[in-house]
Amino acid sequence: MSMELHRCFRCGWCKLPSDFVDYNCPSYAKFRFESFSPGGRLWLIRAWLNGELTWSENFAKILFSCVACKNCAEQCKMRFKDEIVDWITSAKSSAIEKGLAPPKVRDFLENIAKHGNPWGLPRAQRASWLDLNKFEGEGDLLYIGCECAYEERGQKMAKNVIELFKVAGLSFGTLGNEEECDGNEAYMLGELGLFQELASKNTQKFKELGVKKVITISPHAFNAMKKYPDRDFEVLHFTQLLLELIQKGKLKLSELDLTVTYHDPCFLGRHNGIYSEPRKILKSIPGLKLVEMKRNKENSFCCGGGSGNFVFDLLSGSESPARLRVREALNTGAEILAVACPICKAMFEDAVKDEGSDLEVKDIAEILLSSTKML
Amino acid sequence: MDKIYKALAEIVGEEFVSNRKEELYIYSRDSGLSEPRFPDYVVMPRTVEEVQKIIQLANKEKIHVVPAGASLSLSGLTIPQKGGIVIDMRRMDRILELNRKGRYVVLEAGVTQGKLQAFLEENAPDLCHSLPEAPPSATVVGNLVIHGQGNLTQAYGFNSSMISGLEVVLPNGEICRIGSCSLSPYWFSIEPLPYLAGLFLGWFGTTGVITKVGLRLYPKKKLRDVELFVLEDPKLVSEVIYRVTHTEMAEDITTVAQPYPLMFQGTIMIGIYLTGDTEEELEFKRRLIWSSLSDLIKAKEGGFMALTPDMKVGLLEKPMSSLTRSADILKGGGFVYCGAIIPIEKFPEALKKLFEIAERNGVTFAHTGRVIGRGHCMMFAFAYPFNRADLESMEKAKRALFDSYVATLEIGGVPWKPGAEEQKLILERMDKNSVELIKRIRELLDPNKIMNPGNWEVEL
Ligand SMILES: Cc1cc2nc3c(=O)[nH]c(=O)nc-3n(C[C@H](O)[C@H](O)[C@H](O)COP(=O)(O)OP(=O)(O)OC[C@H]3O[C@@H](n4cnc5c(N)ncnc54)[C@H](O)[C@@H]3O)c2cc1C
Ligand code: SF4
Ligand code: SF4
Repeated sequence: MSMELHRCFRCGWCKLPSDFVDYNCPSYAKFRFESFSPGGRLWLIRAWLNGELTWSENFAKILFSCVACKNCAEQCKMRFKDEIVDWITSAKSSAIEKGLAPPKVRDFLENIAKHGNPWGLPRAQRASWLDLNKFEGEGDLLYIGCECAYEERGQKMAKNVIELFKVAGLSFGTLGNEEECDGNEAYMLGELGLFQELASKNTQKFKELGVKKVITISPHAFNAMKKYPDRDFEVLHFTQLLLELIQKGKLKLSELDLTVTYHDPCFLGRHNGIYSEPRKILKSIPGLKLVEMKRNKENSFCCGGGSGNFVFDLLSGSESPARLRVREALNTGAEILAVACPICKAMFEDAVKDEGSDLEVKDIAEILLSSTKML
Repeated sequence: MDKIYKALAEIVGEEFVSNRKEELYIYSRDSGLSEPRFPDYVVMPRTVEEVQKIIQLANKEKIHVVPAGASLSLSGLTIPQKGGIVIDMRRMDRILELNRKGRYVVLEAGVTQGKLQAFLEENAPDLCHSLPEAPPSATVVGNLVIHGQGNLTQAYGFNSSMISGLEVVLPNGEICRIGSCSLSPYWFSIEPLPYLAGLFLGWFGTTGVITKVGLRLYPKKKLRDVELFVLEDPKLVSEVIYRVTHTEMAEDITTVAQPYPLMFQGTIMIGIYLTGDTEEELEFKRRLIWSSLSDLIKAKEGGFMALTPDMKVGLLEKPMSSLTRSADILKGGGFVYCGAIIPIEKFPEALKKLFEIAERNGVTFAHTGRVIGRGHCMMFAFAYPFNRADLESMEKAKRALFDSYVATLEIGGVPWKPGAEEQKLILERMDKNSVELIKRIRELLDPNKIMNPGNWEVEL
């Protein structure tokens, strides 16, 4: 990695979206020192690896406030652009390996390793709220994921997805308390050992149960599973499946008189190129008006929750990415900010409260569900 | 706690001041090859009053102050030569007013080229400002302070001549307005008052901190196209430029000469940009330009090159990312350039010098240039990529750069955005009374010598 870092020119294209409308690196947008820009970060990593700079609390903040949103890789003009996030991840990895990571980051990873979730909550609580058959080798596996399993708002989102699947007559089950963390954040924090362990546990379990298709609620899980080395199952994000169900006529939709703006989650959008399915779902609801924020699709502005920041939140404050994004959503005139990720959902719900705004944050499944219920 | 840090934190809020080593490291250097020098503090104000308080504090504490935009001028102009406080202006990033009919905008000093471009695209798609090829993260004001050039420079002169008003915090902390905005609510013109704007442009932040600027906008036509005129004899370049500028049909005229790719070796390409609201208008302009060069074409002295769609896309991109990408030519993350402002007839001499310097120093090179005014002069860049991981390559590029500054002066040109060392070369050769005037103006404006010392510093 250090062999290539010097190639960053610190020119700053990577801070912006493609139409330059505003700063689009969440951590630069929040902190505004050049040191928190992608280029500044790369130069500091190089200085650290060269021994020009020693580790510090501030450097830890600079490194771990990168949310791996991939805007920099999308916008950098150089041939090495696809490697930028890997370079930052490798630096995080080195820091963790050397025992230098901030305590909150360490706890986050330890909790995943020990308890299978970043909060260190008991495994027995994972599915205690869930009233659903366990996967018995029939149909699809719905992978709930940590954020939906333990976070109240995530649970609500999972329930919406489950209800919709039921309405559509889908055959599916979950792993209940046996579900294991997907490992996405471990991967993005450079804890590749932990990621591989989780990947192999999950792949093994899926194999044992005869899982052919996994539907994830979180784009983070979707992204992680796509990277599993010996994956022999198909993985879909729930929005992909919902669109299929709508197109097959399995979900009957009635009119909703709503103006909605949709936020692209980084791990569905920039990391995996899925932009159209969620939009097609929303557009298929009669009466619903979809309005775009200035920064959308490849240019979407991250909620600030990636790479563990939904737990250790180094980007909080009045100018947090989530609050900036809520203001952008409000500017569209939308009454609803639609999300497709439980992390975005939690980040934005908090941000809306902090902003004292009446914008409603709803997941796509919830919006779709109310459209089916109107019938 | 350090009392200056505390005072700065009281002014801008603790979040926006730093004396931590990571920020000091980043603000001690830019993407060029100037020696790093560490600031003591970095601060990011949001309002003119905050800038004023920072300057008042600097006067009280006798600490130096360096205003900075995106630090992309590549010649170390925001590196604090003698330490002190770097003021990163980029939190002052509001676009305050658009006067469509009067064709101007009023901006805060931290607004980036990209933000203004996007704003106009959305709010006044038939207007544009003169956009440099710098990365869109560069600031508009940083470009004006260094007398930058953009795509409208051929038609209207240096970008700094498009300023219609200024707000400046003087070195003593007073807030001062310049132009119509000093006596009226409107920012439409610097003239016809005493030309005070000249006290702040080209001075590299040694005479005050600009906080707002009124900037002229120009008609943006719906269509834009480019033609490449290719020739081999450098002596013909000024003739071609003379003829094309005479037609007054081109938006922008640029020059390129580089050793790679090999098919371009030994050639000079003149980029002629055309705009029009209709195909008919474009075609009319194209025909006038072609006919102005027809005898050269007939005599096989040069000709228009057929451009592939890909080439066109690259050449028409605004700003052109290919220029930024040249920093990756040696997979080394950098290039530096000496931008020589020269009379157009000096093109052949400058090109000869470039070849000699590149050969003597064993460096890769490239030339790009841009016509300023109707052929009144041009910016001739002597550019050298280098490899940040290879000390020798950096040393060589540094030597070539220095030689280029000397060459510029030798051929009667003026180096553009010279770094601190090169400013000395200029001052040594400058008329003594002009140098004395620079010194007296600085002493008058900045008795405590707080503003960006090491730049335009006269030791008589
Ligand atoms: C790839 C590339 C292409 C480029 N192409 C062009 C081009 O086509 N045309 C062109 O003109 N330039 C070009 N540049 C040079 C430069 O990047 C631009 O001119 C840019 O706009 C400078 O803005 P900045 O914000 O980086 O200024 P900085 O480098 O931050 O500042 C420039 C100077 O202005 C002073 N300054 C900044 N803000 C203030 C303020 N508020 N008050 C007082 N002084 C201030 C600084 O102290 C410094 O002396 C290019 C650079 C690169 C890397
Ligand atoms: S990552 Fe790419 S775009 Fe960003 S500063 Fe480095 S070279 Fe420039
Ligand atoms: S991945 Fe996102 S947060 Fe990290 S440096 Fe790139 S743009 Fe910034």
